[in-house]
Amino acid sequence: MELLECIHIYKNYDKKQVLKDINLKIPRGKIIGLLGKNGMGKTTLIKLINDLLTPTSGEILVNGKRVGVDSKKIISYLPERTYLDKSMTIGETLKFFNDFYDNFDIEKAKRLVKDLDLEIDTKISKMSKGMQEKLQLILVMSRNVLLYILDEPLGGVDPATRDYILDTILNNFNEDASVIISTHLISDIERILDEVIFIDKGKIILASDADKLREKEKGSIDEIFRRMFKC
Amino acid sequence: MNFIFDNDRPIYIQLVEQLEIYIISGKIKSGEKLPSVRDLALKTKVNPNTMQKALVELEDLKLIYTERTNGKYVTKDKKLLNKFKDKYAKEKTKKYLNEMQELGFMKTEIIEILKEDDK
Repeated sequence: MELLECIHIYKNYDKKQVLKDINLKIPRGKIIGLLGKNGMGKTTLIKLINDLLTPTSGEILVNGKRVGVDSKKIISYLPERTYLDKSMTIGETLKFFNDFYDNFDIEKAKRLVKDLDLEIDTKISKMSKGMQEKLQLILVMSRNVLLYILDEPLGGVDPATRDYILDTILNNFNEDASVIISTHLISDIERILDEVIFIDKGKIILASDADKLREKEKGSIDEIFRRMFKC
Repeated sequence: MNFIFDNDRPIYIQLVEQLEIYIISGKIKSGEKLPSVRDLALKTKVNPNTMQKALVELEDLKLIYTERTNGKYVTKDKKLLNKFKDKYAKEKTKKYLNEMQELGFMKTEIIEILKEDDK
């Protein structure tokens, strides 16, 4: 059984068609890049998979079952925008996550926070933007789930933070789980991807094994993407 | 171990090439046990699936072997290691000669330069 399956997904906002006939199968144990320019439907697709939006038509199955309460337990989602309560300390935030999710590994989260040399009683409002993004990733990756969905985790971070984010993803996903990373910053991330999905104007244009695509098209994923979309 | 990748070519092929060099140069010793796929992936900062693919390839080349339940080891076959060494020596030499000849050097001149360098 596939971990995630999207079957003939359409999504309209009023009369505007944002997603057109999306068909996807995501197996376990893979890191998948959902690649596309801004405004091409990546975030909408991610919100549908997280059951935060409802498709106009079509079906999304997670672990063989329609998305809903059960799928939320096994998907850990990093949205584009931060949702942390800035008046809380790191420790309070960890406890909040621990109360909220029964699969949250608070010991792991504490360890990762410690690796960053952050004090547990630091207020989030006192942390830099980069540190807040790292904390958010720690929270998401410290849940033991089957599917991690990271929406633009590299948006506006410096190269050191980028390396930290990639390492944290590689260190914390297990072979039963898959990771979907949406981004338009392809060259920064392509080295860790198993598979790539190109999305453009609400459609999937290409889905392939990353190394096979490099071999076939004789170039980096970033170049192939630029060639295709002339951006 | 330090790995550098170029995004233009399949990552697993580059892993195979670089691991090959570590093995034939003896930086990973003959008979030595390799770290787990996961640890190797973390060290080289690649996806564990990509590392796994590279190790399968090295195993096909007989440069490493799997001991049941025990993990993967570098071959003890010195002959095979020398064969790979020869292959590299020929490739590198050919590359050097081509580059020198492109600069207009004759083979005899190149040999003189090499001798000079050896002094």
